[in-house]
Formats: sequence, structure tokens, C-alpha cells
Amino acid sequence: MANKFVQWMDERIPMTKTWNIHLAQYPAPKNFNFWYLFGVLATLVLVNQILTGIWLTMNYVPSADGAFASVEFIMRDVEYGWLLRYMHSTGASAFFVVVYLHMFRGMMYGSYQKPRELLWLFGMFIFLVLMAEAFMGYLLPWGQMSYWGAQVIISLFGAIPVIGDDLTLWIRGDYVISGATLNRFFALHVIALPLVLVILVFLHIIALHEVGSNNPDGVSIKKPKGSVPDEEKPKFKFHERFTKKYDIVDAIPFFPYYIVKDLFGIGVFLFFFCYVIFFNPEMGGFFLEPPNFQPADPLKTPEHIAPVWYFTPFYAILRAVPDKLFGVILMFAAIVMLALLPWIDRGKVRSIRYRTVLHKLNLINFVISFVVLGYLGTQPATALATLFAQIFTFLYFAFFVFLFFYSRREKTKPVPERLTS
Amino acid sequence: MKNLLIALITLIPSLSFAAGPTVPLDEADVDLHDKASLQRGAQLYMNYCLGCHSLEYARYNRMFNDLEIPEELGQKHLQFTGEKPGDLITNNMSADSAGNWFGTTPPDLTNVARVRGEDWIYTYLRSFYKDDSRPFGVNNTVFPNVGMPHVLEELQGMPAKTYEERRIDGEMKEVYVGIKSDGTGRMTESEYDQAMLDLTAFLVYMGEPMLLEQKRMGWFVFGFLLVFSILAWLLKKEFWRDLK
Repeated sequence: MANKFVQWMDERIPMTKTWNIHLAQYPAPKNFNFWYLFGVLATLVLVNQILTGIWLTMNYVPSADGAFASVEFIMRDVEYGWLLRYMHSTGASAFFVVVYLHMFRGMMYGSYQKPRELLWLFGMFIFLVLMAEAFMGYLLPWGQMSYWGAQVIISLFGAIPVIGDDLTLWIRGDYVISGATLNRFFALHVIALPLVLVILVFLHIIALHEVGSNNPDGVSIKKPKGSVPDEEKPKFKFHERFTKKYDIVDAIPFFPYYIVKDLFGIGVFLFFFCYVIFFNPEMGGFFLEPPNFQPADPLKTPEHIAPVWYFTPFYAILRAVPDKLFGVILMFAAIVMLALLPWIDRGKVRSIRYRTVLHKLNLINFVISFVVLGYLGTQPATALATLFAQIFTFLYFAFFVFLFFYSRREKTKPVPERLTS
Repeated sequence: MKNLLIALITLIPSLSFAAGPTVPLDEADVDLHDKASLQRGAQLYMNYCLGCHSLEYARYNRMFNDLEIPEELGQKHLQFTGEKPGDLITNNMSADSAGNWFGTTPPDLTNVARVRGEDWIYTYLRSFYKDDSRPFGVNNTVFPNVGMPHVLEELQGMPAKTYEERRIDGEMKEVYVGIKSDGTGRMTESEYDQAMLDLTAFLVYMGEPMLLEQKRMGWFVFGFLLVFSILAWLLKKEFWRDLK
């Protein structure tokens, strides 16, 4: 019965074939470590955002008059509405946590290097769309911080010469943030951007499965056809799409091995996720900012406007520059530099395991700069804080400049032929 | 280079003092399981606060239910303007008249505990003091020049800032020691403190009426995740045995 159904389907759509290529017969390097969990977790959080988002939409009212009250209605009167809302708000932050770690994994193991440049670029587009999605979603509760945060960020576009003012007007649909802005952000947040996001994630995975997964050693598991004796080949059957041109070594099928391993990882992740949802949904004001429990008031500016934590590194870079236009340019450059990594890093060795001490220190410098900038972005811009922001903005960009120069003639360690563990 | 780095790192904590409350706040020891305290807080709120400060996102019957107040009793003693039990806890003050009377609209307080924090509310309620330069004759140390009169004066009496003569570095100086009531109120100082703790607890409840349920559910979820993770781990071990 089941077999007949599968056969009936397979004659009409490549069901079994897709399952095999992408899961049951997909060769995954056998040495994935902790850092390889975050791709799966990002997918999990994306599903969480979409599902909770759909249910939130059922009671949310996208209007300047109704938005704040409708969120409170969800929190107080809708059965388990608070749970849906906290899952969604915590999911937003969790998304950035896992995506930042996922990106850092790629930087550590050189996963952006040839032939994975396009894969990396799709990832960077996902990151950009995710930021737009999060920014627009943050306006929807129509709290004080929603309102003033959006005011600050949208006004950045006003720094662009000539078209700046018209552009901000066009984005807002009004001279100030208003119901018109809320309505269009709602439309973009619930349909346009999620659609783009899902398509990009699809492309990201297709590109990944075309070139194959990198691994902590940065060594390819694809060897020239016929170069590997039979007894050294893995005992698993991989799809001929992968074995036609290459001999695959040191690989295991993604399903079931990594699926069951990820299942455990998901369990551990959910401990952290659920701790926030049930015991600390505001996360000390980092995930939900206290002023946002007040309805938006266009006549009352909060004392201290800070974006949510995941934007703060870039916000700190923006504020570090006295000139607004140059600040905006530098802020976007901080993201563009990441996107250009495949071309900035001219090295041939991927993994940090076989690269120089200089490279390790440089990467540590990047992490410290990013974290310190993130912290500074949450703080009021005092003279001292601005000085720090300038120093660490310099170090942030220095990472890329150094990398560009030393990577070409880096004295790397010998790279093993095969995976080490 | 290393020294510079250390110098920079040690400077970082000093940045975080840039903003914060000007008055040290007293800790509010709120217990949401203490329904009697919440009920007393609700009674104080409905009698003294609701006239100006609505709770417009919350409903009477939800509150009765959560605070274990029978609906009939609640309607009789806590609802004064003939709303239905399912109605939102609003008041009838118009923004225009509020502006005339206080210079500003008294804010809705449904979420005040989430905006300000429980310690802030508890300290604020106990920090009014006599100040004849203000329109209502009182000021507040936590919220300087607040537009609100001391509504609870009949309970606390009229408090004033008190000073003590103390010898500092060989000189006698006046030192601010806190706020003391003149004793004309119906409550003693400790009774008033307890009443304000009740009121604070009620507002904490108002901000997050789901809090107790949320935490209870959280423990069940943790239990489930523990079982799930153990099974997932065993499953992983079982499958990965093939690879040895």
C-alpha cells in the first residue's frame, strides 16, 4: 500500500529522489562539530517565526489606534496569546543569535572560500532580509521604542544627498512615522519579506547541496574519480549525483545520522529558548525593551533610544562617525565587507586549524570588536563611549584589511589529505 | 599594546554608569502567590487610583478570577460605575479635563510595572513630601515635580523631608535622612509600607497577569525537554554505533 503510493508519487514528482539527494543519500562530512548545529537551528527558528506569526496575525490590528491595544489583547485575552507572542519575540532574538554563530562558523572554517562564494552571498542576503524583517516587525507593537527606533533608523536614509528627504517620505508614507508607515511595514513583515526569506533559504540550501558541505578541517571530501581504493570508501550509498564525478570519502548520510544528532542539539537549544520564553521574556530589557510597554507617543521622545541588541554593533559604528552620511556609509560597509569575504580572503587554506597564529588573533580581534561595538550600541553616546566606538570600529575594519594583505602569502600549516577525526 | 588593551578593558564598566535612577530604590518584596496582598492592593487601587489612572487593557472578571475574588463581591466592592464584569477597567476622565487639572493626562497603569519596575513603584509611592512651591503642595523624590497630588495623604499623613544635625569633619551639618510623616494619617508607617507593597504587588500582577501560569508551564516544558533530550541522545548513540 505504502509502496504503491510512493511509486504513484514518484511517477509524477521526484519525491524519493529529492529525499535521497538532500537527506538519505547526501554525503555529509563525518566530523561536523558543535558549530554545525546553527544552520538547523536557524531553520527551526524560521519555522517558529512563521507559525507563531500566522497566529499572532489573527488577532493583531495593524493600525495606529489599534495596534498597541491588540497586542495587549493577545497577551491578556487570547488563550495562550502570551505564549505565541513570547515565542515570536524570543524567536526574533534567537534568530540573530543562531545566525551570528552560523556566520562565525563560516568565518572560522573558511566556508565562504571557493567554491562556496555564492552560497555565502545567499547567506548574506538572508542576513540583510532578516534585519529588514526584524526592524519592520519591531514597529508593529507600536510601543515607544518601536516608534522612536523606527524614527531614528528611517531618518538615516535622509542623510543620502539629493534624494534623502524624498526617500524617507516615500518609506514612511507620511511626514512622521504614522499609521501609514505601520500598515506598509505590516504588509512587508507578514508577507513580502518572509516570502523572500523562504526563497533565499531555499536557494541557500540548494547551493549548499550543489557544492557540498565544508567541515572543521576545511578539507574536501570529494576526491578525483578512481583515486580512492574501495576499502577506504564509506560503506554508505550516496546518490549518484555526488558519486558520478568524484569518489566521496569520510562522509556519512545526512539522514539519519545528523538528523538524530541535531535532534539532541535542538533539545538543548530549546532549553535556552524556553528559559527565556517562560522565565525571562524581557531578557533584562535586551529582547523586549521596557519603554515598549508604553504606547507610541509622537510628542514624547524617550530619554535614551537604543535599538534591539542585534542591531547595536552596526548602530555603534553609525554613531562613531561625526558625519551622518559617512556614518551611514560605514554602517553599510560593515555588512558589505562581510559579504566580500570570499574575495578579501585570498588564502587557499580554509580552516582556522591550519592557518597562522596571526589569522587566529585577527579573528579574535573581529569577535571582540563586534561584541564591544554591540555593547556600546546599547549605551548612551557619551564622549568616552564614542571614543571606544571609534577605536573598535577601526579594529572591525582592520580585520578585513589585514586579512586581505596577509592571506595571500600566509605561512599555513600542512593540510591533511583526509578528515582528521 | 597589551597594557593599552588592559587599560581599555578596565575602563569599560565605567561607561555603564552613564544612565540610571538618581534616588536609590527600596526593594519591593512582591509575592504574587499572596492573594490577600493582591486583593488589598486591588482595593486600594480601585478606591484611590482608578479615578485618574485607568487599567484599560485589563478586564474586571479576569482580575476577580486571578485574585480569587468571587464575582458578586468584586462587583459590589471593586466596581463603582456600573460596568459589566467583562468590561475593561477604564475611567471616565477626559484628556481635556485632565490637562486642565494636572497639566498632563495621568497615564494608564496597566503596564507600569513593566515600564518602571516594581522597586520604582514601591519607592515612588512612599516618596511624596511636602513642598509648598508645587501646585498640590507636594513633590516626589523619585519623580521630581510630578503633576500628581498626594492622593494617599489620608492614609500616610503629610510627609516631609527630615534632616538631622550631624557632626561631619568637626562641623555640624544638616543631613537629609529621609521622609517622615507628620502622623495625621490613618496608618502607621509600617502599615503604610505594607499597604504600598500590596498596591505594588497588584500592579506587578496587572503588568503580567499570566506570570504564575507562565512559570508553572515553564517547569512542565523543562520536564518534557529533559525527557526529549535524553531520548534524542540515546537515539543518536544507537544510530552512531554503526559508524564505529
